[in-house]
Amino acid sequence: MSRRLPAATVFAALAAGLAGAIAIALALGAVAIPLERVLASLAGQGEPTDSAILLSLRLPRVLGAALVGAALGVAGALLQALLRNPLADPYVLGTSAGASVGATIGLFLAATLGHLVVPLFAFAGALASIAFVWRIARIGPHTPVVSLLLAGVVLSAFAGSVVALLLVLSDRLQLRLATVLAWLMGGVSVVSWEQLSIAATLVGASLLLGLAAGPRLDALAFGEDVAAGLGVDVERLTRTVLIASALLTASAVSLAGLVGFVGLVVPHAVRLLLGPAHTRLLPACALGGAVFLVVADLVARVALAPTELPVGVITGLVGGPFFFVLLWRQRESYRL
Amino acid sequence: MTDLVATSLVAGYAGEDVLRGIDLELRGGERVALIGPNGAGKTTLLRCLAGLLRPRGGAVLLGGAPLAALDARARARRIAVVPQNFATPFAFTVREIVALGRTAYVGPFGRLSPHDRAAIDRALADAEGAALAERPFAELSGGERQRAVLAMALAQEADVLLLDEPTVHLDPVHQRATLARLGDLAREQGRIAVAVLHDLNLASVLSDRVVVVHRGRIVADGAPAEVLTQRTIDAVFGTGLRVLEDRVPPAIVPLA
Repeated sequence: MSRRLPAATVFAALAAGLAGAIAIALALGAVAIPLERVLASLAGQGEPTDSAILLSLRLPRVLGAALVGAALGVAGALLQALLRNPLADPYVLGTSAGASVGATIGLFLAATLGHLVVPLFAFAGALASIAFVWRIARIGPHTPVVSLLLAGVVLSAFAGSVVALLLVLSDRLQLRLATVLAWLMGGVSVVSWEQLSIAATLVGASLLLGLAAGPRLDALAFGEDVAAGLGVDVERLTRTVLIASALLTASAVSLAGLVGFVGLVVPHAVRLLLGPAHTRLLPACALGGAVFLVVADLVARVALAPTELPVGVITGLVGGPFFFVLLWRQRESYRL
Repeated sequence: MTDLVATSLVAGYAGEDVLRGIDLELRGGERVALIGPNGAGKTTLLRCLAGLLRPRGGAVLLGGAPLAALDARARARRIAVVPQNFATPFAFTVREIVALGRTAYVGPFGRLSPHDRAAIDRALADAEGAALAERPFAELSGGERQRAVLAMALAQEADVLLLDEPTVHLDPVHQRATLARLGDLAREQGRIAVAVLHDLNLASVLSDRVVVVHRGRIVADGAPAEVLTQRTIDAVFGTGLRVLEDRVPPAIVPLA
């Protein structure tokens, strides 16, 4: 068991890590731009070609990746508190898949109704999915890991079929199938600053909602009866967590499709450094998730250049084995 | 002084009534043991008294006012519960767990006031858990865990302490120590202290009042010597136990 580090140290390291990761992600790509020229462009004094590449292509994408990582990291931590299980994650539980159904429908309508319709429909899909899984996996006041994972797996498969059907229908309607597919596989596809600012607002609001519930989430981690005895309105807190995690997942899916396991890896790592108290855990997961995804997206862009990988491939390659390690460690307590 | 009163309490889960008409009056400063066979309704009664389970009939009154009218936060400032199952998959330290006792007092972002910190330190001291404060809960022994959870309940600064089998998983010496500590707290501070107990001898020796629950009703209620008689024990637990009624307080031994 590793010892915890002082909170100030961890937050300083995460913030510095995020700044460093963003700087390197801006510098590297199809055309490498030295760091001092990156900084000059950001300060508004760069060469026109640098500025064009950085400000209209790389910066929105890097910030988009940071937002997606922050959203998924916090969503994972919130769901883990609600379900009292470190294996909970919006991807594993099918929340992301549910959001992708909504977002796909939203994409078809976006041309006529505007960009806001994508996160809105994604939110509806995410909320319906997480509420459904939470209901169906529950036995009395408990949520056994087996029923939870099964419900998530089956919901993901079902949602995947719905999306496939929608895509086939859309192909017949001659929409841009390749773009939708690339997005769906977990590619950060930021199209506008407007889209970024909508996502940033939603992620910020959800993080605040989670932070405000911090001490009550700590209590909930010991079970519903314990939390109620300590003065927590469990029903209300449950609703808050379901809505906040659906908002976060919807924001992430709208920007980057299905990016898996961020909500699993990040909270686990942060807990080892900081401990499980949520008023510190949640903001640290936002920072840590942002670092993780900016780096993953950078690897996705440069690893097989000029071919770009979807970032979901990278997080899946890291997160899949990680999930199995956690499952293996817990098999005793869950009798798997 | 606060009193906690249940009148004609009917409660249960799904289709079945577990409690079938309970009348009970609890006063501050007395140590009350709730005993009865498995499935008699002890835990259900405790959950109703704690406001965690809404009764189907009757009412629970705290200081004369219906408990159901209080919201969770207001209730947790008056009543603290030590549950039978207390576990989490996350690595909280003892101090963080005791701080949970302040959930009903802190603001939304959880900043602890000097008074909160003082209450946490006092609770740790009262439960003899100060030396455990910085240790991870998961690494503690059964007895140490019990002290941590008791400290959490004490940090709520509630007039009413309800404990569901606080001595389970403890060796006899720690069972006695836990109950003795609880009894001292009840007497010194005039709190209501109710513990569900399986060990009849502990109930006999370390409580002022024993309440016997059987098939959802209270069948005996009084001082240990009045309640722990061969007749009552036979009627409730069957015929496997012998009550040494001449002992003060009475002792209960299993028959060979």
